[in-house]
Parts: sequence; structure tokens; C-alpha cells
Amino acid sequence: MSDLIILSAADLAHKLAEKEVSAVEVTEAHLARIDQVDPDVHAFLHVDRDGALASAKAIDDQRANGQTLPVLAGVPLGLKDILATKGLPTTCGSKILEGWKPPYDATVVTKLRNAGIIILGKTNMDEFAMGSSTEHSAYGPTRNPWDLSRIPGGSGGGSSACLAAFEAPLAIGTDTGGSIRQPASVTGTVGVKPTYGGVSRYGAVALASSLDQIGPCARTVLDTALLHSVIAGHDPMDSTSINAPVPDVIAAAKLGDIKGMTIGVVKEISGDGFQAGVKQRFDEAVALLEGLGANVVEVSCPNFPYALAAYYLILPSECSSNLAKFDGIRFGMRTGDDGNHSVEQVMSLTRAAGFGDEVIRRIILGTYALSAGYYDAYYGQAQKVRTLIAQDFAKAFAQVDVLISPTAPTTAFKIGEKLDDPLAMYLNDVATIPLNLAGLPGMSLPIGLAPEDGLPVGLQIMAPAMADDRLYNVGAALERALLSQWGAPLLNSAPELAGA
Amino acid sequence: MTEKVMPFEQAISKFDPVIGLEVHVELGTKTKMFCGCSTEFGAAPNTHVCPVCLGLPGALPALNEIGVESAIRIGLALNCQIASWCRFARKNYFYPDMPKNFQTSQYDEPICFEGFLDVEVETDEGRKTFRIEIERAHMEEDTGKNSHMGGATGRIHGADYSLVDYNRAGIPLIEIVTKPIEGVGKYAPEVAKAYVGALRDILRNLGVSDVKMEQGSLRCDVNLSLRHTPESELGTRSETKNVNSLRSVERAVRYEITRQAARLTDGQRVVQETRHWHEDTGVTTSGRSKSDAEDYRYFPEPDLLPIAPDSAWVEKLRSELPENPAVRRSRLAAEWGISDFDMQTLVNSDALDLVEASIAAGVDSAAARKWWTGELARLANEQEVELDQLAITHQHLVDIEQLISTGALNDKLARQAIEGVLAGEGSIAEVVAKRGLAVVSDDGPLLAAIDEALAADPSIAEKIQSGKLQAAGAVVGAVMKATRGQADAARVRELLFERLGVSE
Repeated sequence: MSDLIILSAADLAHKLAEKEVSAVEVTEAHLARIDQVDPDVHAFLHVDRDGALASAKAIDDQRANGQTLPVLAGVPLGLKDILATKGLPTTCGSKILEGWKPPYDATVVTKLRNAGIIILGKTNMDEFAMGSSTEHSAYGPTRNPWDLSRIPGGSGGGSSACLAAFEAPLAIGTDTGGSIRQPASVTGTVGVKPTYGGVSRYGAVALASSLDQIGPCARTVLDTALLHSVIAGHDPMDSTSINAPVPDVIAAAKLGDIKGMTIGVVKEISGDGFQAGVKQRFDEAVALLEGLGANVVEVSCPNFPYALAAYYLILPSECSSNLAKFDGIRFGMRTGDDGNHSVEQVMSLTRAAGFGDEVIRRIILGTYALSAGYYDAYYGQAQKVRTLIAQDFAKAFAQVDVLISPTAPTTAFKIGEKLDDPLAMYLNDVATIPLNLAGLPGMSLPIGLAPEDGLPVGLQIMAPAMADDRLYNVGAALERALLSQWGAPLLNSAPELAGA
Repeated sequence: MTEKVMPFEQAISKFDPVIGLEVHVELGTKTKMFCGCSTEFGAAPNTHVCPVCLGLPGALPALNEIGVESAIRIGLALNCQIASWCRFARKNYFYPDMPKNFQTSQYDEPICFEGFLDVEVETDEGRKTFRIEIERAHMEEDTGKNSHMGGATGRIHGADYSLVDYNRAGIPLIEIVTKPIEGVGKYAPEVAKAYVGALRDILRNLGVSDVKMEQGSLRCDVNLSLRHTPESELGTRSETKNVNSLRSVERAVRYEITRQAARLTDGQRVVQETRHWHEDTGVTTSGRSKSDAEDYRYFPEPDLLPIAPDSAWVEKLRSELPENPAVRRSRLAAEWGISDFDMQTLVNSDALDLVEASIAAGVDSAAARKWWTGELARLANEQEVELDQLAITHQHLVDIEQLISTGALNDKLARQAIEGVLAGEGSIAEVVAKRGLAVVSDDGPLLAAIDEALAADPSIAEKIQSGKLQAAGAVVGAVMKATRGQADAARVRELLFERLGVSE
């Protein structure tokens, strides 16, 4: 294993700036790692070897010419395959987009390119981001580097796994109900869902427009902040993007001082009924935070138990509409265009052949929920619950600076274990969904391994809108304290991947 | 298939018609409603498209503020309430000309609602005003355009294949919907036509659309139902799509009344359906049946923020509205002392604004009307330009009228001066000077010319002296010819009678 691949993005950036290493060398090291382990892990759907090396070469040339480059210039990244990349395949993990090459870059992709970040390739995901295990990818599951028989979380399992397998130090995810945070939790990595509107969604293929948010993923809190500051900011192409200064997440990630801060443990998702090891590590982390000088209190958010039900009405409703455009007419796969079928039949055949079961399930649910006569009972009621949940948060944040909970109820489960039980699968997101409904920012960071299975456990930090910096401050404090306990990063204790 | 119809008079004697009109207006904004693509008409297919209006995965809408402003101005001109807060909604249905398979529209929160428009129609008791209540005016985006190729009819049935042009997709539309128009009886066709005509005038006057029905920038759907008496419940309506001229609106209403009346009298039901209007044959034919009522699954568009027009802004837009065209016409007709017919002539020849501006510049009202509907209209027609494109300014008319009023020019010379201006010879004064245009005011040359004319045909003098004064015309004509039109015809006549010792 090359030394370069275990370095953090911040360390790599430093070495690149000091010309101790070239961007091409860094990129080649990560491409070699992908060659070695990705046949097992399957974090990537598409590796853009030539593009990555060309970008790296350009960065090296610029640096050689004495240009001052952005901090992360030359650092490689795995990009979730839900973001449009000009000329590069963008499948969303679906057959229906097989072979589609977008004619444009997502705003976040443009920002990454402008920052000199090297896009290694597109990472695997549950089809159209529907799932918590990446088993719903039409191109086969991604495997958890901690245990290849287990899931890496989802929907952004490719992004979390590429970090945990040292295939990239940075990754981009999207989080609609936990798709950044839950994969981070089960792979021992860090992931942040920014405030809704904090990062432009332009070019991120929509699952549920009012819930989706693009966010940064990395192995450390500081790396996550560095990436966060690259992708955040107002974009006129996204009407829902917030026109306000980006919180100083980098400064917060360097600060890590929580003395005198009030931290709330959300009673309804504090670990009761969760896996014992998850609950145990969470309770230890709470004690650690208190030891760092924070005042930890219990807070009740009485409407959180309704969040999952509301979410599974709003998400399918919006996705049934967002996914209507996949009809075989203008792009992607087309089935049945043999002269014997009408255009409506071609659309129908294409959708039936191109979408997987989970996608079809949610489209049907959403179509039903929006139907005349059912709208008020389903979508309308769910929106009311959403308001109540936002009010729960508002009341809580009147008392505390941040809220915390375990990120996911369990550690990584076995591939196939919950595939036939959608409800069990949906329950993975019970602690992460409330934030999406309220549009607030959240982070998951690793807090240890569950004693019973030796797999990573994540802690979720939640903050008020546009107070994303608080996530990083608390996260940095906790990370520092844990690191001094462990003596080395948690991922160092992951089993070595044999590879190809 | 032609359906049975009942004569209109008979149909109206048996049934009471109720009309509903839905008008779609394409706004004349430079760019589309949710992206920066051009709205220009007639470009090569699929050249004014981008990820947003093609509905590519990942693309998001960004609202065109001018579209919102236009919608509000339309609402204000139609006496509507303007919503203090409203949203877009998605109207979900699958169709190949709809890139996203949903149309971004407005549903239960239209930006404009509860307005009215008064229209005048000629009735048996003279001109009568009918108030058309407006239910709502809302914003939405246009769809692409399908062309069905290879079939005989241009319709999808029988076509070999279809082409889609997405240039039109995303062009801002305002849909203006009336409440049911009741109590208009036999005037239903005229009222419908008058409403669409008045609406078109208002929209044109606002400058928000070019309102070209033939290009589809103003499209009308006619809903019509019959009931036995005004007290009966509303009958089942048909929805006739794309009735795209004022005359067709009138004809389509008339036809549907006669068709539905025949069905109902024969004991058949009127089917709730979409019908197609055929301009050539003047009939409607059955289209899509609405029995499997479509469920559009409307829900608030999550990709766009709610719209909350600032009330100060709305009031500013209200204060800047141009005068209602009908009100303006009545006012000007009264000011100028002209008839409705004369006013209609001005409107029809696109001369109203020009006449008003000329009068404002100081031209006499009768003279301004005469110039713009007469000589200048003729010249514009000759040059194949719009009247307002003619290179004649209001100052030119002021100058020319000045010369006419002092007797320096007569009508004929004035026309020559205008021709000179159009030929690029300079100002009126310069043309008059260069061409030597001037009424001959010295009697000497006139008398010489009169004598010459009388000598050329001695019978004229005899006729005049025997009382046939109209024979003087020949002499006046000859004198005008001899002086190249520069004589004052009245003075020539005066001198002629003096010479012959005849009094008028």
C-alpha cells in the first residue's frame, strides 16, 4: 500500500503545495489502489483514468509555472454517480441511464474542477439514491471494506467505501434521508449533509427535490470541511440555493472547542432499541463530550417517531414526478422502438425494463399518494408532520447548540440480509431522516467499533440551518479526543484488503 | 364524420348556451420561463434548447422575473386580484412533447384571480356591454411541438413517425380562464369573439405578447354546454381546442351550439371530450375522450421558491398600466368628435397611436386622421412597410399642415413634399425649396393660364355663362396642369368667374 493513499486530503494538499509530490503521482497511486482493491469493493462504476491523469498533469504544470493554486488542487476524489459530468457516464446506478453522457457539468462538478480537485471516477449507489445498502445498484453491490460480506451503507455506498478502502481521500455524496451519513457511519468515515440550499443541487439528478442535498465525505473532519468549503455557496441555477455567506467550516474544524457548549441528546433517537454496541459507543461518546466541557442534556422531539412515515410519503411523491422524465424519448435507454409499438408503449416498456424493483415500488407509492382523493390524506398530512418536526428542532435549538444521536441503529449488516424486507431497510434511516425533513445540517463521524461485531459505529451531530460550522467544531473536538484514546485513526484497524 | 346539426335559431330557441373560454398567451419575453434560451419564433428545430428546457437529468428551473411581472400586469389589466403569495405546481402527465413529463404550472394558487373584462356586442337593442368574469390567470410553461409525419391528416393517427421540436418547450405562457359565461343567449358566438378580441387588444396594448393567433402566440380553447333553461343545471361541456382566429371563435361556438342541440334533441348525450376545430370545414370533430378523467397529480413545485410579489411593486405596476384600449378609444372618439365607425377604421389600419401622437405634436385632428389613413397608408402599402415604419415624423406633418394653412401649399403639393421627404430629400422646408413647391399667389400667371384654357375650348365659356358652372372644372384642371399644380384652385375659380362676369 503506497503511503500516499493513507494520507488525509489536508496532508496531501500540503505535500503537493510543497512540491514534495506531484498530482500525477498522487493520482497514479490512487488509480493503482483502485486497480488493486476495487474488483472486490466495487466502489466505482466508472474510473476516468485518462481524464484524472490529464487533470493532474495540468495541475502539476500550473504549479510548475508558479501559479498559486486552490488548497485542494491535485487531491483526488470519488464522485457519486448521481452528479452530471460532461462527457462522462452518469448512470445513477440505473440501467435506464446506461450509456448516457451528460452535455453539461453539475455546479458542484464545476466547482471541484475549478478547485483543481482530480475526479477519479463515478461511485456506485443505490439506483437513483433509493436505498440504504447500495444493493439496489443495477450494476451490482458495493462491499464494505471492513467486511466484504457486508453493505457499505447507502445510497452513497460507493463514496463511503472508496474512502474506507483508501481509493480516494475525498468523495461527494448526496443525502435525501441519510445517504451520506449512514454510509459514513457503517464504514468508519465522516460525512456531512449541509443545510438545505447550502450547496447547489444543479446537476444532481433529483430523487426528492425538497430533501436532496449534496455533501462532502472524507476520512477526517478537517478534510470534510475543506471539501465542504469548495462545493458550498449560492448558485443562481438552483432557485432553492441560499444566497448568504458560507459558514466558516474550516475554521470550525480547526477549532474543536466545545467548552461551555450545550449539547442535546434526542430522547426519541438516543439508542433505545438500537444495537447494543451502537448504544454503548454512543453513551461513551456522550461522556467524552461532557469531559471536554460540554453541558449535555436530554431533549425531547416528540414528533420524530412520525418522521419515517412522513418521509416515505413525501419522497415517493416527489420522486414519482422527478423520475417521469426517464421515458426513453430524449436520452438513455429505449426499449420497444421496433415500429410495432406506439410512443406511449415505448415509454412504458422502457421504464419497465430500465427501472429496478425499489424504484418502481417508490414510483407506485408516490403516484398513489398524489392521486386525486388521496393527496390530502397522504402528501398533505406528511407536509404537516414535516412542519411539526421543524418545530421540534426549533424548540430544541432554543435550548441547545447542537443535537446528537447515533447515526444508524445498527452497524453494517450482511449483503442480502434486508433485501426482501423494505421496511427493515427503511428503518436504517430513522435517525437521519428528521434533518432532511427540516432542511438542517448534520454530520456523521466514527466513534469506535461495536464490541459484538467489531464494526464501525457513527455519531450524528445536528445543527440549526446555516450553522454547519457547529458540526465541524463539535466533530473536531470529539475526533481529537477519540484519536488520542485510540492512538491511531479508526480505519487503521480495518482489515487489510488482499486485492487483485 | 360530419355530425347532425340543428339550425342556430332553432337551437337557441330550445337551449341556453354556457361558454367558458381558456386563452393561452405566449409572453414576449426574450428568454424562456425557467432558463436562458431564446423564445424567438421560427428557428431551426431544437436549436433553442438547453439541459433545463430539455428536462435533462439534474437540471433545475430558475424563474424569469419578467415573466412574473408580465403575469401581474395582465392580471391588473383584467381587473384581477394579485396573490400576495403563490406557488408553482407540477402537472404530471406523460407526453413526448413534454420534456419532464410534467408541466410546471400553477394549480390552486394562481398569481391572478377574480377579475373581469367588459366587452361590447351589437344586439337587437343596439350596442350592449357584457361583463365577462375572469376566474384566474396563471403562469405556466409551453410544451414542445409534435409533428406527425407521413399520414394524410397531420394527426398522430395514421402517421408513420413523429418529430418533436423542443424550441417552444419552456416558453412562458399565461393561461386566462373565464368563469362560465351565462345569460348571453343568441349572442354567445359574438360575445365569445368580442371577448377574445378585447383580450387580444389589451395584451397587445400591454406589450407583453405579440398575440399572433396564426403563429400560436395566442390560443383559445372553447368550452361549451347547453341547458334547457337558464335555471337548469349546467350541461355536459365539450372542449374545443386551438381555435386560432377571432372568426373561428365565433364559428366554433355557433357550430357547437348547433351540434349539441341536435344531439340533445335526438335524445343523445353530449360527451365530455376534447374536440378539434377544422377551420376549412367549420366543424369540430371528436378528439380525446375525457371519460377516463386524467389525474394530473398536482403538487407544489419543490424546485422553485414561492412567489410573494411586494405590494408596493404591484401598485407601481398598476400605476404604470397603459389605458384600457376600449376606454381609450371611447375617450379619443369623443375628444375628436368621430364616430365608432371612424374609430374602428383607425384601429383597423393600425393608425390610432400615430394619429394620437400627431395630434399631440400639434396637427389638427381631422388632418392627422386624413394623413395617416389616406396618403401615408397608401405610401406604406406601396413601400410594403408597417405604417409606423414609414420615415415620416409627426414634425413633418406639423410642418406640412403649417404650409397648407397659410396657403403656401395645397394638398397636391403637400403630397409631393411628403414624397420628397420619403425620397430622402430632407425636411419639408428643404423639399419645398428644392422642388420649388409653392402655390402661385400672383394673379397674373393665373389669368394668363385661364385665358389660354378658354381660348383652347371656347365652348366652355359659353357653358359657364349659360349657367353650367360645373364646366369650370375643366378650366381649373387646365390651369393646375399649366402651373404644375402650384395654383390655388379656389383662387383660379374666383378669377375665372370674374373674367366671365358670372357670379357663383
